[in-house]
Amino acid sequence: MAVTESSTNVVLGGTRGGPDVATLRQDRWWLQPVVTVSVLTAFVIYSTWAAFQNKYYYVGANVHRDLISPFYSPCLASNCVPGSKAGFAFSGWALSPALLILIFPLGFRLTCYYYRRSYYRAFWWSPPACAVSDAHASYTGETRFPLIMQNLHRYFFFAGLIFNTLLTYDAIRAFHQPGLGWGVTVGTIVLLVNAALLWLYSLSCHACRHLCGGQVKSFSKHPIRYRFWKFLTPLNAKHMNFAWASLIFVALTDVYVRLVASGVFSDYKIF
Amino acid sequence: MADVTMRIWRGDASGGDFENYSVEQNEGEVVLDVIHRIQATEAPDLACRWNCKAGKCGSCAAEINGKPRLMCMTRMDQLPEGPVTVTPMKTFPIIRDLVTDVSFNFEQAKKVPALMPPPMPEGGYIMFQEDVERGQEFRKCIECFMCQDVCHVIRDHEANKLHYSGPRFFIRYAELEMHPLDMNDRRDLVREEMGLGYCNITKCCTEVCPEHIKITDNAIIPLKERVVDAHYDPVAWLGRKIRRKTKTSAADAAVQPAP
Repeated sequence: MAVTESSTNVVLGGTRGGPDVATLRQDRWWLQPVVTVSVLTAFVIYSTWAAFQNKYYYVGANVHRDLISPFYSPCLASNCVPGSKAGFAFSGWALSPALLILIFPLGFRLTCYYYRRSYYRAFWWSPPACAVSDAHASYTGETRFPLIMQNLHRYFFFAGLIFNTLLTYDAIRAFHQPGLGWGVTVGTIVLLVNAALLWLYSLSCHACRHLCGGQVKSFSKHPIRYRFWKFLTPLNAKHMNFAWASLIFVALTDVYVRLVASGVFSDYKIF
Repeated sequence: MADVTMRIWRGDASGGDFENYSVEQNEGEVVLDVIHRIQATEAPDLACRWNCKAGKCGSCAAEINGKPRLMCMTRMDQLPEGPVTVTPMKTFPIIRDLVTDVSFNFEQAKKVPALMPPPMPEGGYIMFQEDVERGQEFRKCIECFMCQDVCHVIRDHEANKLHYSGPRFFIRYAELEMHPLDMNDRRDLVREEMGLGYCNITKCCTEVCPEHIKITDNAIIPLKERVVDAHYDPVAWLGRKIRRKTKTSAADAAVQPAP
């Protein structure tokens, strides 16, 4: 390798030690990328199918329930099934209503710092694991389009907060069973847990931690923001756990609503 | 205890290869102990850098079974059965055997603009505990440079060394950016010249840090968010304009002398 000297006095080149192999690691470093690819691929395939199916996403008053899939809430198209429509609806939208909204949760997860780590490793192999060679000859990271758009994460975070609020509203509303009054069913608990996990995922977000307090230079001059930051820091340490739990549970919630809506089984009333 | 086979990289800038040494392994020993035994018996010319033998100087960083680790903190009985491979850090040019030339890091250190506090007030500077604690984590760095070694941005792409300072220096930038007395603004500098955007947060630096510094979560991502504040957030920009909040520019910051 040629030795060149830049204006920064950093000398490039020189012989590196060790053999010229991709890695000398002997452990199962490939396991984590395999699991990541498997789970994320399964989620993408299922959610795409669910988003395009355009039916069985709402369990309505005909069975004394008010359950909506998180993939379709808020239902913003005039072609939404009766009872599932949000206050505002786009008229003339002929495709699945899920396609109007899914860009926001998708964007939030796609630009999430944790998911970036995961898919850069597992899908892009940049690198596939620590101390395992990058699969690409050149590398510019997140300095150019399209990856420079990862900097928009905080906007998707804000959008995610709106969705969390709406899904929480859905979960609370589900406790009121049309024609029967207030009660608890398995469906209400599923929706509630889903909303709770999504809140935990959002609140543990790195952008949230930064905006709530991390961006200040002096904690002592901003005691309230410091308290927010202190509260969010332990949550942030578990961001990975919340990312996976909320991802899997949002799909399970859709599965549950879909199975009830399609008549495979009925939503069990607890009390 | 049974003997162990050590596969150690022997060579210099002109080339090298593995050499196997079958040595005695005693209970409680670390890799550095075994390396020293090889030096004392079979290979007195085996070069390795070491100093404190307590995980506090960072000198004995090498790659053990392909992973960057401190030789003095890696217990032999915690390694899997079979030969133990020891190679020099891959990212830096080899000098001899397990010793590498880490001067890249010292060049990067020179580029970090120093702390720029305001003029000393009467009674001296005052810092509160919560502000001290925030930067304390970053001060634990022992400069073993294993985070630099494992970072694929320079490990696999040599040319990036020209415009990427690496995780060790991002924690230094973060520490200064979070310092309540510092008046410099290094956000332009880390974005444009120190290559913060090259980091794709794969967290390998955090994984290998022997001091368990949360490099990615507590330094690199907060720095990236600060760059977003400065360059990609129109709301933050508007807020700064309304409040007429200005700081020393990055260009000026880069040339500020130490106080």
